[in-house]
Amino acid sequence: MRRLTAGFLGTMLLVTGWSVRPAGAQLLMNGAGATFPYPIYSKWFDEYATLDSGVRFNYQSIGSGGGIKQISSRTVDFGASDGPMTDEQLKQAPAELLHIPTVLGAVVATYNLPGSPKLRFAPDVVADIFLGKITKWNDPRITAANPGVTLPDQQILVVHRSDGSGTTYIWVDYLSKVSSDWQQKVGKGTSVNWPVGLGGKGNEGVAGQVKNTPGALGYVELAYAVKNKMPVASVKNAAGTFVEPTIAGTTAAAMAAWKSMPADFRVSLTNPPGEDAYPIASFTWLLVYKDQPNELKGRALVKFLWWMSHEGQKYADDLLYAPLPPPVVKQIEARIRQITYQGKPLTAAR
Amino acid sequence: MSVVAIPQTAARAAPRNLGDRILRGALRLAALTLVLLVVAIVVEMLRTAVPAFRAFGWRFLVTSTWDPVAERFGVVPFLYGTVVSSLLALLIAVPLGIGAAIYLAELAPAWIRPPLAFLVELVAAVPSVIYGLWGIFVLAPLLRTWVQPFLGTTLGFLPLFKGPPYGVGMLAAGIILAIMVVPFISAVSREVLLAVPNTQREAALALGATRWETTRIAVLRYGRSGLVGAILLGLGRALGETMAVTMVIGNRPEVALSLFAPGYTMASVIANEFTEATSDLYLSALIEIGLLLFVVTMIVNGLARLLVWSVGGPVKVVRE
Amino acid sequence: MTPGARRAVNVAMSWLAASAAGLVVLPLLLIFAFLLWQGASAVNLDFFVRLPKPVGETGGGMANAIVGTLILVALAAGLGLPLGILGGLYLAESRDRRLPWLARFLADVLNGVPSIVIGIFAYTLIVLPMRGFSALAGGFALAVIMLPIVVRTSEEMVRLVPASLREAALALGIPEWKMLLRIVLPTARAGIITGAMVAIARVAGETAPLLFTAFGNRFWHQGLDQPIAGLPLQVFAYAISPYDDWHRQAWAGALALIGMVFVVSLAARVVTSGRFTGVR
Repeated sequence: MRRLTAGFLGTMLLVTGWSVRPAGAQLLMNGAGATFPYPIYSKWFDEYATLDSGVRFNYQSIGSGGGIKQISSRTVDFGASDGPMTDEQLKQAPAELLHIPTVLGAVVATYNLPGSPKLRFAPDVVADIFLGKITKWNDPRITAANPGVTLPDQQILVVHRSDGSGTTYIWVDYLSKVSSDWQQKVGKGTSVNWPVGLGGKGNEGVAGQVKNTPGALGYVELAYAVKNKMPVASVKNAAGTFVEPTIAGTTAAAMAAWKSMPADFRVSLTNPPGEDAYPIASFTWLLVYKDQPNELKGRALVKFLWWMSHEGQKYADDLLYAPLPPPVVKQIEARIRQITYQGKPLTAAR
Repeated sequence: MSVVAIPQTAARAAPRNLGDRILRGALRLAALTLVLLVVAIVVEMLRTAVPAFRAFGWRFLVTSTWDPVAERFGVVPFLYGTVVSSLLALLIAVPLGIGAAIYLAELAPAWIRPPLAFLVELVAAVPSVIYGLWGIFVLAPLLRTWVQPFLGTTLGFLPLFKGPPYGVGMLAAGIILAIMVVPFISAVSREVLLAVPNTQREAALALGATRWETTRIAVLRYGRSGLVGAILLGLGRALGETMAVTMVIGNRPEVALSLFAPGYTMASVIANEFTEATSDLYLSALIEIGLLLFVVTMIVNGLARLLVWSVGGPVKVVRE
Repeated sequence: MTPGARRAVNVAMSWLAASAAGLVVLPLLLIFAFLLWQGASAVNLDFFVRLPKPVGETGGGMANAIVGTLILVALAAGLGLPLGILGGLYLAESRDRRLPWLARFLADVLNGVPSIVIGIFAYTLIVLPMRGFSALAGGFALAVIMLPIVVRTSEEMVRLVPASLREAALALGIPEWKMLLRIVLPTARAGIITGAMVAIARVAGETAPLLFTAFGNRFWHQGLDQPIAGLPLQVFAYAISPYDDWHRQAWAGALALIGMVFVVSLAARVVTSGRFTGVR
């Protein structure tokens, strides 16, 4: 009995002792939020870990809604979202939160059809599919825009997000702009009352669902579709051209809209003017407190944000995100300099 | 199983020494901690659910909208999903579970009983997430490619089998739940059957009954209420099951008659949306769902326990 | 019915019951077969010693998740076992009038609470005030899940200790507390250990409560007050992803998890066999 208790206590002590942070170990920064940029964030954090061995960034992609919620509850050090926080949400946060844009991405319609044909969609067609008004693949409105493609007489299995998502926000923001029906019936938000379809968790879940279900149609961030060799659709933009979702199209969308970029970076890039603009693109933001609660963590965060907006941008292309336009980077630099700890800026003058 | 009767000795009538008092105090503290824990859970949930009570009142129980944008919440789609998936699971699990229990308790040859009982226990030990994994990669494609199209063409006139074959959906959830719940029904039923006094069996056998007839006439009838209890226990497990169901149910908060349609359960919506309920009302609504789940499982389990005990006394029911 | 018909029915029903038992066990075999088939290819040294790789890149492993689960289970056991065993001892030995009944009833209630509800409780009790997700919160949630199992099995095992042992001790003048701690508990030891192992096997596989407590970690944990990876969490995240490499790793993770669970369950069985007969 004594030996058993001793063994038990011994194991407990060993585990605890091993688990308590030893001196000189790494600083752990925790972040949560969007799945949209998860591929590039995980690449960044992995690379950054090799550059700065004293800090580790642990990012959990739980959806933009989760990112907003957790940073507002201060359970994480930074949040991430592709749906900008509303004024209401900003007011509810315990202190001022900053939106720092990181990259640009495109939300695409991806589908599972035999032969993976390249499809073209008009905006009202997309809206009506998600409203449940268009139910079959060979609906005349779809075949009209896609001559030469044989579409099956099959039901469209719509897949959307089941969790609070910035990707959803971008998608429904676009649908609200192009369809007054959608605007009235459903509206926009990170979580909406979907008329049809089933829910996948995260961009991963939606991509996985579409990939495994013949006849399915869903919306995901471009990287998720391409990495899984899934077909993506071109969408007709405001100028009337069918644009494929590419980095060029996304950057064009950004350039068309950034002139009216507000100081707090909360801007919508959907359905912009511009010949080459892809209509469903967006910034994605990191959410950080203007006044950091912890000096060490604040410094580490500021260092990373600087690296991210400069050296980090070179990773964007490979992963199919569009890098930040240079004028925006300048604005971000100014913003990063505003991050303080107890009133004192954390960035040394650069 | 009866309580060990310890005669009162003079030395135990009153704790005379410090050691006894300390130990007694420590033990009482442990019990009190347990009590406080449960009370704390209930209190905490009630407290956080209050905003939802105030905003929706009884309408929460009858509203079927779940709209985070407009902040209108109702529990109906989740209640429906939970009940239907659990009932579907029971439909499959009860005959299998009780059949297996009968086999293990009454009809199987002696050499097969221990290993088989062990295997049944192992089924219960498999973590939920692994069932979910298997559900996504094996069951759902199976349903989507073979079962659902087949059911659709043969029985498609029934509203139960209408709709596109997603693979995931209510049917997948029901089947996975059945697999997970069957070992519990089987184990408890087996103990109920074993608790039936041998005199009953011997009386039947003396009258010339076959083994099966003995089981049917003497054992099953006697243990009837206990078996109902075992079924209810299975129901209690099914109601609260989270991970496996979340992975295969399709996550759609809508009441649909078809088994092919995606659905949503109370436990799943909490798992999916808890970390991102951005407004207080949203969070409160989710916790109210959690509270309802808690109350419903408590009632079902309590009823189950009463019924199982009515057969042979406090049969061991904690069998995880 | 003729005797022949009755005998035929008897045989038929026996076969039916046997097939029911077979069908109950079949999923286990199927799942295990799949786990081996899909997961075995991904189980290599890398899997056990490497950290996860960025999204979309192949390779990497689940080293931190395996260690994370061990730590979470150790925390849960550290909290839940002492409390549970003392609680079980109380229920078996106490002569108080109402508290035992209340404690037993609530232990049963707690046993039926869905684990996700317990996760919510741990979130509001620990994560929010601590301003962060942590291994401690995860361990706490698992301990709460473990508690009723340990309490009830400990109570049963203590009750099984024969009265003669207790009386002999008391007759020799040993004070009650010594009798309980030095004689009753050691005698019930095997059964209590079994109960503990069953409880451990159960919580090792729990995912739902960890979703909002342990949170998950792509790197090694940095302390118990920080988020930590867990095998069930990692399996879940990889399973719902669209990457084939992650799917394979999910199967491997599931294999590792079920291996852990089965080993503990088997060990529990071995401990009981030959020690106390007629217990189950």
